[in-house]
Amino acid sequence: MRIADLTRFTLNSLLAERQRSALTMLAIAIGIAAVVLLTGLGSGLQRYLVSQFTQFGTHLIAITPGKANTTGFSISAIDTQRPLTLPDAQSLLDIPGIEAMTPVVSGQLSAEFAGKSRRTLAFGIGPQAPTVWGMPLARGQFLPADDLIAPRPVVLLGNTLARSLFDNVNPLGEKMRIGGMSFRVIGVLEAKGQMLGFDIDDAAYIPAALSLQLFNREGLMEIDVLYNENETSSSVVKRLSRRMIERHGAEDFTVQSQDQMLASLGKILDVLTFAVGALGGIALLTGGVGILTLMSIAVAERRGEIGLLTALGAPPNFVLQLFLGEAVILGALGGLLGVGIGLAGLGLLHLAIPALPFAPRMDYLLIAEALALLIGLVAGVWPAMKAARLDPIEALREE
Amino acid sequence: MIELSHLGRRYLLGDSEVNALDDINLSIAAGEYVSLMGPSGSGKSTLLNMLGLLDRPTTGVYRLENRDTQNLDELERARLRRERIGFVFQSFHLLPRLSAFDNVALPLMLAGISAGERQSKVQQALAAVGLMDRAQHRPNQLSGGQRQRVAIARATVMHPALLLADEPTGNLDSRSGAEVIELLETLNASGITLIVVTHDPNMGSRARRRIVLRDGRVTEDVYQDAAK
Repeated sequence: MRIADLTRFTLNSLLAERQRSALTMLAIAIGIAAVVLLTGLGSGLQRYLVSQFTQFGTHLIAITPGKANTTGFSISAIDTQRPLTLPDAQSLLDIPGIEAMTPVVSGQLSAEFAGKSRRTLAFGIGPQAPTVWGMPLARGQFLPADDLIAPRPVVLLGNTLARSLFDNVNPLGEKMRIGGMSFRVIGVLEAKGQMLGFDIDDAAYIPAALSLQLFNREGLMEIDVLYNENETSSSVVKRLSRRMIERHGAEDFTVQSQDQMLASLGKILDVLTFAVGALGGIALLTGGVGILTLMSIAVAERRGEIGLLTALGAPPNFVLQLFLGEAVILGALGGLLGVGIGLAGLGLLHLAIPALPFAPRMDYLLIAEALALLIGLVAGVWPAMKAARLDPIEALREE
Repeated sequence: MIELSHLGRRYLLGDSEVNALDDINLSIAAGEYVSLMGPSGSGKSTLLNMLGLLDRPTTGVYRLENRDTQNLDELERARLRRERIGFVFQSFHLLPRLSAFDNVALPLMLAGISAGERQSKVQQALAAVGLMDRAQHRPNQLSGGQRQRVAIARATVMHPALLLADEPTGNLDSRSGAEVIELLETLNASGITLIVVTHDPNMGSRARRRIVLRDGRVTEDVYQDAAK
């Protein structure tokens, strides 16, 4: 039989039972739509997170106290580690390839000016923090290149904090209190926006040494290092580790570059995307069972047709091809329908939450459609073989 | 045309063996008009299926147009069914989703004949059974007699040498039954070999040759004058 005739004949028999065919396709379509939607969500989330983490620059390395060892829990529980100190931070600056460095301490403090008070995020940083994080200044100046250990009490204000506390007053040169200590405002930062939903402009930036006093902490939370873009992150990480081991006598800290972090984040999100995709796959399985059921019923109902085709001289494989073809077409059309529904769903989500980039992934779309085809094929094999094995004499016997 | 020698067909029915056909020896010449008669279970349908290459004998030889059918593989048997043999069934076996035209075109489609070529052949076959004006009707829009005539058009559209009819009037009232018999006889008169399985003694007596089966054996094989 010619391909065009076979296709027409197959479509014709699916159309003859259009309601049943449509419902079966819908079952596959729901599964495919779930796969498309969930993987699109997953990869959209991935893009969003990566863009959030790279907005401070990409050639960053963070040193944090405590060794993240392979068994997953930190030996800090036994507390043999030494805290990360300001001299530790200072010592990193003469390592080749290091451009700038800032210690990091953060917490909540109350900021007060002229009788107004506001709980705000306070960051203890070093003078090079603007270079490391790429913070642009709106007015005034950055923290002076003071002694890290004994700095002057000055503060940089985030845009939101400056506006809400000082209204129309020019904050530059004003004295204010943060956590009960008196600070002089020397600069206001440009608005930077949000990170993972937090307003990072609602913050005060003070010298790290003073923040350690205010938070009553022994050690820094983190040291962020900006390295030269001609260096590889791994070689800089090695040099930093060597220096820190020299100073601490043991590896009681963790050095992680941003690319490492993004890579492990990416891995987690890949697994997540795959997992939710697989979840949608379960729905697909249900669709496969739907095709199996429909085709089994069709074979039972069309015994006469099967016998007739044999009597009319259809080649031995024809009946097999016919029913397999119907199952595959059900799967393929259901898959296309599902891809359409999934993409429409992503489009609607994008309209609802414009901030998250919902990105349908072409590879997942293709995999989903191939999967739909495959499910049709697999679900069709058993009924089609049953049809092909029917004894034509038996099949033709009067119903 | 057809030569059967010592043909036998045994079934296993539960534990017991059933001889559906037992040592059949027959020779049917091209152009003959044969009625196969006998009570239910006598083996006449089995014989018809055997002649139509839907079944294989357990013993003996079936030669169709001087070829031993024993050595043919399924592909060749399918080709013979397609090109040399036409079937007419008691229950018509038209595909309900297809128009009369498409039902008749089915054997041509299976043979891989192009749509353009099919057009004229199907029209000819439908014209021969007097149903040109019903070409686009579905089977459920046709009367029983019309359905059987569509089925006959389908059986003859490939111009087979052998037409096998299994109780072709069994589901028809006597008037449309008579029309169908007349149509089959006209086809036979134009040269096609016609073998009809029937219960109807009236119809059996119209055939020029009557073969009666009982318990899988030929008990009567007579040439008779057409009792018009």
